[in-house]
Amino acid sequence: MSFFSPEQDNWDLIITPRKKWYDLQLRDVWRYRDLISMFVRRDFVSRYKQTILGPLWLIIQPILNSLVFTIVFGSIARLSTDGLPPMLFYMSGTVLWSYFSNCLTGTSQTFIQNAHLFGKVYFPRLVMPISIVISNLITLAIQFALFIGFRTYFTAAGAEIRFTVWAWSLPLLILLMAGLGLGFGIIISSLTTKYRDLNYLVSFGVSLWMYATPVLYPVSSIPEKWRWIALVNPITPIVETFRAGFLGQGTVSWARLGYSGVFMLVVLIIGVVIFNRVEKTFIDTV
Amino acid sequence: MSNTVISVEHLSKQYDLGVIGTGTLTRDFERWWARTRGKPDPYSPVTQDYTRKHGDETILALDDVSFTVQQGEALGIIGRNGAGKSTLLKILSRVTAPTSGVVKVKGRIGSLLEVGTGFHPELTGRENVFLNGAILGMKKAEVARQFDEIVAFSGVEKFIDTPVKRYSSGMYVRLAFAVAAHLDPEILIVDEVLAVGDAEFQKKCLGKMGDVAEEGRTVLFVSHNMGSIKQLCQHGVFLADGKIHFQGEINECIDMYLNMSLQDSSTILAHQTYHHEDFNLSQILVNDQENDFVPFSQKQNSLEINIKGTVKSSTPVDLELKIKDILGTPLAFYSCGHLKGIVRQIEPGSFDLSWKVQLPGNMLHGDYLIDIEITNPDKQRWASIPNAIRLVVEGVKTENGRYIEYRSGAGWLILE
Repeated sequence: MSFFSPEQDNWDLIITPRKKWYDLQLRDVWRYRDLISMFVRRDFVSRYKQTILGPLWLIIQPILNSLVFTIVFGSIARLSTDGLPPMLFYMSGTVLWSYFSNCLTGTSQTFIQNAHLFGKVYFPRLVMPISIVISNLITLAIQFALFIGFRTYFTAAGAEIRFTVWAWSLPLLILLMAGLGLGFGIIISSLTTKYRDLNYLVSFGVSLWMYATPVLYPVSSIPEKWRWIALVNPITPIVETFRAGFLGQGTVSWARLGYSGVFMLVVLIIGVVIFNRVEKTFIDTV
Repeated sequence: MSNTVISVEHLSKQYDLGVIGTGTLTRDFERWWARTRGKPDPYSPVTQDYTRKHGDETILALDDVSFTVQQGEALGIIGRNGAGKSTLLKILSRVTAPTSGVVKVKGRIGSLLEVGTGFHPELTGRENVFLNGAILGMKKAEVARQFDEIVAFSGVEKFIDTPVKRYSSGMYVRLAFAVAAHLDPEILIVDEVLAVGDAEFQKKCLGKMGDVAEEGRTVLFVSHNMGSIKQLCQHGVFLADGKIHFQGEINECIDMYLNMSLQDSSTILAHQTYHHEDFNLSQILVNDQENDFVPFSQKQNSLEINIKGTVKSSTPVDLELKIKDILGTPLAFYSCGHLKGIVRQIEPGSFDLSWKVQLPGNMLHGDYLIDIEITNPDKQRWASIPNAIRLVVEGVKTENGRYIEYRSGAGWLILE
């Protein structure tokens, strides 16, 4: 075999035991973009086939959640809502939070739930979590429309709410949410191939995390002593900016958003590196 | 060397046997904690000195395998179960990574380790065609262009807008294979997916793969069916225990495999699953061989079956044979006791009995399995040895020198 013939240079694919850690294979993911759209479609169609109300569930969920929060935290516990109508306050929080938590829990199952598929055919494994993040976007869009509907109703009823310029940052906020959900999700999914018990931690951890995030209370109501906890949390600026933009009340600054952005990038890069490392041989250990 | 499309260089794959991680975080933590204090690992399966020895906890599924595949070649990969065929295909199709070594590939690889991977039961046939195509690496436009052809090939036109969960398993498989067959990679890797579907469809699939090979594309084909390998491939790689035992021309390769199988296979008696406590077999010979692989040609068309053993009481015994195809479909039955009422009487102590069974000379090429039962007809079962014999039938040659095969759908016998 001639190892030095010139034609050795133009191999299309070289399979080796390990890739360099910085080789993120993102080009490969782009090549499979059609597959991403097929998975998104599949998720959406299969989720609502043979359900009575279909996508209506997407609307019922946040309404019920917000109602319960309004009664429990607003009327009984009387937590501050920054002077905003409680229903809108809680809805804005839950709509955003549920996007993040859906992304996180959905992607954290990537390897385990698709073990069979991954064992039979190759495609960039990252396609799977990305498609989950995108299909959750549809859910988010529907729930966001619901929120805007309620907002319009409350404005008409004379509530004191206003749009601010921060509303324009919505795409950025969604991107941050998606990136954080994806990043944390794939880190967890990579670890769960070895440690199944992490799965229990995820659902439990996500609900705990929600209480550490100003979903049910505004940052302004946290005592000065504890405020750092809320500010370390990368989700806090996102929720607060969203409220500032669409309801006119919230603690915002570019620095805090920037912090979330850097946090997201770091988590995402760490996630992709670990994920790529695990995807190569996880089928042997799952 | 200018048209080498796959170059496999010193490929090895090592699997850990038994415990890999302990499976839960708390245990791994304990393990780590013990190690950092210099204590022995509490979950270690065997005493380990941090250098793993081959054969203890690891197994080399592939061991320094090197070969090349040329453009347009159809390469058959053969070997017994556990020889490393599947591992090799998994590495080539990038499902798992090798432990060491390199594979270099030119062109797009399409691999079919299973048909219907990723089919979703709730989606319609149409949606699944697109989904499955995308999973196999096709662009949406490519699938759309070939959609009508795919549907026509599968023969499920009428049900294309029905969710596949309502399909019969046959329809499901046909649609799945149709998608795969229209995959247009430069290199096609196929595992034994042809074992599905009815005979006619299998024929269609083999034909399609032959077309692919003739179009100048490269095919890597793994199968236990020597007939289809022979039909499709020109070259073969014969794997045994993770190493390349032989590579070269396909007929030579297959002969080698069958010969080696003969030496390697177990004894007929090892297949015994039941015997009465008063009845013990010590040896079974077929044509003076203990081996379960029995070659069979037109020249030599009888089986001489000899059994030896001990029995505690006096009893009549009879030999019953059930001849089946590889999939277990019964083809023929032999029982002298049932047919003619002729049974042998054996007395307490040891016995040594022989039967000569005439088999038809017009059997078709293929492998057949034979179950052996020792009975007192309709009264007592003394011993069962399912799949005792693997009859490797050379079969009848046609005028143009080919063998007609059982699997081609022609069945067991050829009539004059």
